[in-house]
Order: sequence, then C-alpha cells, then structure tokens
Amino acid sequence: MDSHIELPELQEQFETPEQQREVSTLGMWIFLVTEIMFFGGLFMAYTIYRRAFAGAFGLASNTMDVWLGAANTAVLICSSFTMVLAVRAAKIGSRKALIVFLILTILFGSVFLGIKAFEWNTKFVEHHVPGPTFHLEGASAGDQGPAQIFFSLYFTMTGLHALHMIIGEGLMLFLLWEAYAGRYSPSYYTPVDIGGLYWHFVDIIWIFLFPLLYLIARHQH
Amino acid sequence: MQEHVDSIKTYTVIFVSLLILTGATTLVATIDLGPLNIVMALLIAVVKMLLVALYFMHLRHSTVLTKVVVGGGMLWLGILLVFSLADFVSRGWLPVPGK
Repeated sequence: MDSHIELPELQEQFETPEQQREVSTLGMWIFLVTEIMFFGGLFMAYTIYRRAFAGAFGLASNTMDVWLGAANTAVLICSSFTMVLAVRAAKIGSRKALIVFLILTILFGSVFLGIKAFEWNTKFVEHHVPGPTFHLEGASAGDQGPAQIFFSLYFTMTGLHALHMIIGEGLMLFLLWEAYAGRYSPSYYTPVDIGGLYWHFVDIIWIFLFPLLYLIARHQH
Repeated sequence: MQEHVDSIKTYTVIFVSLLILTGATTLVATIDLGPLNIVMALLIAVVKMLLVALYFMHLRHSTVLTKVVVGGGMLWLGILLVFSLADFVSRGWLPVPGK
C-alpha cells in the first residue's frame, strides 16, 4: 500500500494507526463484555434472593450508611471525569495535562477505596459479617439467615468491585510511568484509551451496586 | 474513522449530570413509591450507564463493529436475566405430577 504511513508505533500487520487503534478498542470491549457477564451472574443471584427474602434484604440494606455510599458514588464519578480528561489530554498531545489528570484519577480512586475500607471495618465492628457471630438488630430469628445472604452478596460484589479498582489503580500507575517517560503522542495513546475504558466500566458497575445495596428499602424508614 | 476530540464543555455537562442523577436517586429512594422505588432506582442507573458509555467511553464515536459487540453483550446479559427470572417467577404456577 502506497498509503502506508511510516510510524514507529505502527505494528506491521496493520495498514494505518486508525486500524490498529480500532482493533485495540474492539478487543478491550470484548473483554469488558465478558466482565459484564461475570458481574451479571452476581446481579442475577442478588435479584433471585431479594425476590425470595425482600423483608430481610430491606432490613439488612438499611444498615448501610447511605451518605458514605452516595459520597463514594460522587468520588467515582469525579475519577471518571478526570480519566476522560486524561484520555483527551493524550489525544491532543498534552503530556503535562495527561500526567496531572492521571494523578487526580489515582487520588480519587484511593479516596474511594479508603471510604470502602472504612465501611467494611464498620461491618466487622457491628457483627454484620456472615458467620457464627452474625447478628442483625431488629430482625427476627428467621430473618438472620436471609440477612446473611444479603451481606454475603454485599461483600462478594463490593469486594470484587474493589479488586477491580485496585487493578485499575495499578494500570493508572503504569500509564503514569509511561506518560512521564513521554511514550504517548497523538499518533499513539492506545494504552491510555483502553485503560480509560476499563476505568469507566468499573464506574458503571458501582452505578448499579449503589442503588441495589444501599437504596432498595430507604422509603421504609 | 476520523479521530474525534470532544470539548471539555461536553465532558463537564455529562459530569455534572451524573452528579445530579446521583443526588436524585438518593433522594427519590427516601420517598415511598411502592413497587416503583426499584423501577426509579434502576431507571436512573441505566441513564447514568448510558451517559458514561456513550460519552466517557466514546461509544457514540465507535465503529459499527464495536457497537454490535456491545449490543450483543447486553443481549446475552438480557438472556441471562430474563430466562433465569422466567424460571424462578413461574415456579408453582403448575402442579408437579406425582407430588
């Protein structure tokens, strides 16, 4: 092809940087679709058990601190905003802005994980962790079991979400390192782009976890 | 495909909308709407998901192939949710022979 562009970042199997970028984006989306199915199974389990034990799930859900949950949602949305600005900075070739926005994204992610750790600790202090010492105040003896199912799902879903956040923080640190070394330019910023896709996906999971775990029975107070 | 750069203003509008929707879902949850509470919560979550996917994840500028893959993923998620619920909801509707 005489239209072939000579660029050091262009792998030989691709005709143009655009084609190379589209292939990476598509690959990332296929991975994210497998993640949707992975979390989908957990959302399915949640739906079935909530349908069977609506009363116990409501009591258990109302022990969550709704303001911490809402604050964490806002923090995660802020991190998505700085992430999208980081991708934009990479796209227009602004190395300094890219570094600043990546650092802000890492900071917001850390605040989220900090608040999450505090909430988990509260659950341990209040004996709301499923196991022999579990006790939910105000719930009948028959509701103690179903309430533990709620908290099992709570710890599994927020735990897996937090694990994705920790992996995301690692990815952001890698991107920050590479951006600092000046590896990215308007003709090659694919890692920032697909790192952003991952970060926003983790944000979307939380957007669904927040109402399902914190808000389902607030009107019964 | 022409590489598209969105303005900071576009991103800011989406960002503020997401924050407002977060406040809205938190407040609406305290009002008793009966069975509509869960519907409202999920509706707002879906709107937020669409804003993030279309604008922050640039799905609206993506290739048709990418859109088909994402649509296919949502379709399979729908099969998982609808078919599983069809089973659990309809149990007990018909008598089981010999029981």
